[in-house]
Amino acid sequence: MNKWENNKAWFMVIPVFLVVAVSAILPLMTVVNYSVQDIFGPENRIFVATEWYKEVLTDQRLHDALSRQLLFSALVLLIEIPLGIIIALMMPKKGWGASLSLVLVALPLLIPWNVIGTIWIIFTRPDIGLFGAAINSMGIPFDHTAAPLDAWITVLLMEVWHWTPLVVLLAYAGLQAIPEAYFQAARIDGASTWATFRYIQLPKMRGVLTIAVLLRFMDSFLIYAEPFVLTGGGPGNSTTFLSIYLVKLAVGQFDLGPAAAFSIIYFLIVLLFCWLFYQALLKVGTGDKS
Amino acid sequence: MALEWMAWTVPTAVFFITIACLLATMTVWQVKSPSIERKGFLPIATTPGDRLFIGLLGSAYIHLAWIGLTSLNLWFAFVISLIWMIVLMRWG
Repeated sequence: MNKWENNKAWFMVIPVFLVVAVSAILPLMTVVNYSVQDIFGPENRIFVATEWYKEVLTDQRLHDALSRQLLFSALVLLIEIPLGIIIALMMPKKGWGASLSLVLVALPLLIPWNVIGTIWIIFTRPDIGLFGAAINSMGIPFDHTAAPLDAWITVLLMEVWHWTPLVVLLAYAGLQAIPEAYFQAARIDGASTWATFRYIQLPKMRGVLTIAVLLRFMDSFLIYAEPFVLTGGGPGNSTTFLSIYLVKLAVGQFDLGPAAAFSIIYFLIVLLFCWLFYQALLKVGTGDKS
Repeated sequence: MALEWMAWTVPTAVFFITIACLLATMTVWQVKSPSIERKGFLPIATTPGDRLFIGLLGSAYIHLAWIGLTSLNLWFAFVISLIWMIVLMRWG
């Protein structure tokens, strides 16, 4: 108990608390305040209680955007996490090959988000884009500006290309941290490659995979810049994800009250999913089936 | 510091003061009597802090469901949330 009571190190985290308070908590409080008022200007605002929440919660466009967002995040996790683990398992563990593959894998992470969208616009253009023109030349019609399915495929491919490297790097770091003695023991016991993965590598990667799933879920759930640049939310509303719809509401229509209520609901959804993922991932590899 | 830009209202101020008081109380409680994880009706072992978080998150969803699905007075949702919090903190 003395360790807790006498630990002066707690004072060292006060600056972090202050930074978080200014950068996160005060803006969050402001959004909550906005969500219960009709804001016409700094001096002209009317308290409307839960009216904006009612409006937003019964808005069919929000329901559609939420469905799209959930589907998108589910697909992103289903593709990126296994793919990232497979690539990490295949990468060289030492020597110049390890360094080279790490640099190559990390390259997409270095490109700014809005540039990613521009790159993929050009890459997938049906007339001159390498990908779009190649697909069309095979007799398969592909145009992400006109066909919703093509737009979804393009946004997903872009997302997977951009962010799978993060999963690879995290999984690779987790794999590298496993002591060689575990693999020696597995070899002595005659464990198969799958058994080694299932009972040694996967449990040992639990920590990094927790981070990977949480980061990828949050990022994909909050995605804005890349699909906005690539498709602008179209064709129609087929790639209008939650954040794109929110920005249309807040900036396009200047409906600050509904946008604030929307933001709070958005925040609560992210919070709930992250907590559920966190709880589920704490059990990965522990044998706990509850 | 002028807080006009934050557009405060009395209900939201009361809400945040309540949350701050709850967190302060839990912190003092933790320091005075360090918590031990225990298993109640929830499928996971939790500390009082975990249960407070789950309770507050659950209360937020109860209020949202109430607003979205009914036209009844929001105080009913508040009472349900209060019962939920008490049950969770005691038996969760």
